[in-house]
Amino acid sequence: MWDYFKLIALGLIAVLAAIGANYARDPAYLVNALTIMLVAGGLFLWTVRRVGEPKAVASQNEYMDGVVRAGVIATAAWGVVGFLVGVIIAFQLAFPSLNFEWAQGYANFGRLRPLHTSAVIFAFGGNALIASSFYVVQRTSAARLWGGNLAWFVFWGYQLVIVLAATGYLLGATQSKEYAEPEWLTDWWLTVVWLAYLAVFLGTLVKRREPHIYVANWFYLSFIITVAMLHVFNNLSIPVSLFGSKSVQVFSGVQDAMVQWWYGHNAVGFFLTAGFLGMMYYFVPKQAERPVFSYKLSIIHFWALIFLYIWAGPHHLHYTALPDWASTLGMVFSIMLWMPSWGGMINGLMTLSGAWDKLRTDPIIRMMVVSIGFYGMSTFEGPMMSIKAVNSLSHYTDWTIGHVHSGALGWNGMITFGALYFLTPRLWNRSGLYSLKLVSWHFWLATIGIVLYASSMWVTGIMEGLMWREVDANGFLVNAFADTVAAKFPMYVVRGTGGLMFLTGAIIMCYNLWMTVKAQPEKASDNAFVPAE
Amino acid sequence: MDTYSLLREFADSWMLIFLTAVFTAVIFWAFRPGSRKVHDEIASSIFLHDDKPAAEMVDRSKEART
Repeated sequence: MWDYFKLIALGLIAVLAAIGANYARDPAYLVNALTIMLVAGGLFLWTVRRVGEPKAVASQNEYMDGVVRAGVIATAAWGVVGFLVGVIIAFQLAFPSLNFEWAQGYANFGRLRPLHTSAVIFAFGGNALIASSFYVVQRTSAARLWGGNLAWFVFWGYQLVIVLAATGYLLGATQSKEYAEPEWLTDWWLTVVWLAYLAVFLGTLVKRREPHIYVANWFYLSFIITVAMLHVFNNLSIPVSLFGSKSVQVFSGVQDAMVQWWYGHNAVGFFLTAGFLGMMYYFVPKQAERPVFSYKLSIIHFWALIFLYIWAGPHHLHYTALPDWASTLGMVFSIMLWMPSWGGMINGLMTLSGAWDKLRTDPIIRMMVVSIGFYGMSTFEGPMMSIKAVNSLSHYTDWTIGHVHSGALGWNGMITFGALYFLTPRLWNRSGLYSLKLVSWHFWLATIGIVLYASSMWVTGIMEGLMWREVDANGFLVNAFADTVAAKFPMYVVRGTGGLMFLTGAIIMCYNLWMTVKAQPEKASDNAFVPAE
Repeated sequence: MDTYSLLREFADSWMLIFLTAVFTAVIFWAFRPGSRKVHDEIASSIFLHDDKPAAEMVDRSKEART
């Protein structure tokens, strides 16, 4: 019965998408409609060939790890794609001739930039969060994922979101909201997928066999719920036509700007911070083989973060049409956030107390510790930059870009790499990683790459800020905008080099993980000789 | 009074007090007497159930008694 229902739905979607493609008003919509048509049509054929076949009943006595394995592969693959596009646009800024004439309108900086940010945040980071949350919630709840194949729907649905968004960007579909560029069609689909994700996660928590909900799950859950709320409110827009990708925002002017940065900063706060803290609170204690330093501190960390983060958005709009009281509020809350952030950093680092020797022997722990260090550094830098006086120098300069990347490459990237190195041998039942030496190579390439990136952006950002505000004795500006661009050239080359090193490290990681699965011997089963208890 | 002023006044008086009270209560709850044992249990619970789900609800009160 369920098969027939699925067939009808898939067939309808394929036909509607074909109609949409026929009437499409712009190339982005056309390609999106064709993609949906192909996916729905392919699924239709796949289902029709399996109608009536007996369904394998999943054992409740096993964890659902297939979807986590797929998530690990997707994370690594999207990571390399995202970093690669980042390196390309970094060099496009340094050498404008890389904006090739033949690729104008498709692969120039303006089109590739949202592709890079979305690929690293949502494709790399998002897949890492979904995969690791599915792994962690099962282990800490001692229960199989709820909802059967719904988890697979979440995984593949999310990949479709990424493909729709990415092809849309290249063909010019954007609602020009930073980190929320996808147009209405992709937004609606993401809402469906995200609610399914929430259902799987919550369902697993409900049927848990552990009396307590471990703190990592709190962070994951707050990330899922808050992102759902942010996504819906920031994407309240009305399509101009059902057959075109363009839509018009419901809010306008400064209200729209405020909603956008309420979304934008909490995308950082809940997607890139809360979600990844969930990873930290599980994978760091597991890799260190010691419980978290202070569970109480983790509770305080959680609630303080939840109560403070949501107010910090207005610091993106200092000295704009936003009322002064609102931007002061954002600044004050941003500064207060420093405390819980450092509480969390101390909690993560001190988990290693008594096991600091592991830093010498275990490059994965080293990666995680550097990641927590960058968490601390960027959560200090952020509040500082939100102070109005500092912001008047730093805003609109490359300092902001440097800040974002020390958080994203250092904190999010490194903790994800640590989690991938942790997960791969366990998920494929291998006795260990293929090569710890390659992990060390990855670690040093990535770390030095980030240092080059962040320091070059500090220099160019502060230089740029100072050049913009420099006036002569008569009160005239000394520098034209183009002068600052010319002065930044050496720093842009250093930045691109740092990015290239980070990318190389990620490719080494992919090779290492691949060889772990392919070449490492299978681990002897643990439960073969369990003594009678 | 227009909606904006009304909501604004509510937000920076009653709602502010309410949220601050909730936050303070949560912090005190974390430090309640007897929480240490519970927290130690939760913190080390991640080292169990690595390979397969538990068959039934884990009951720690029983283990403690025996």
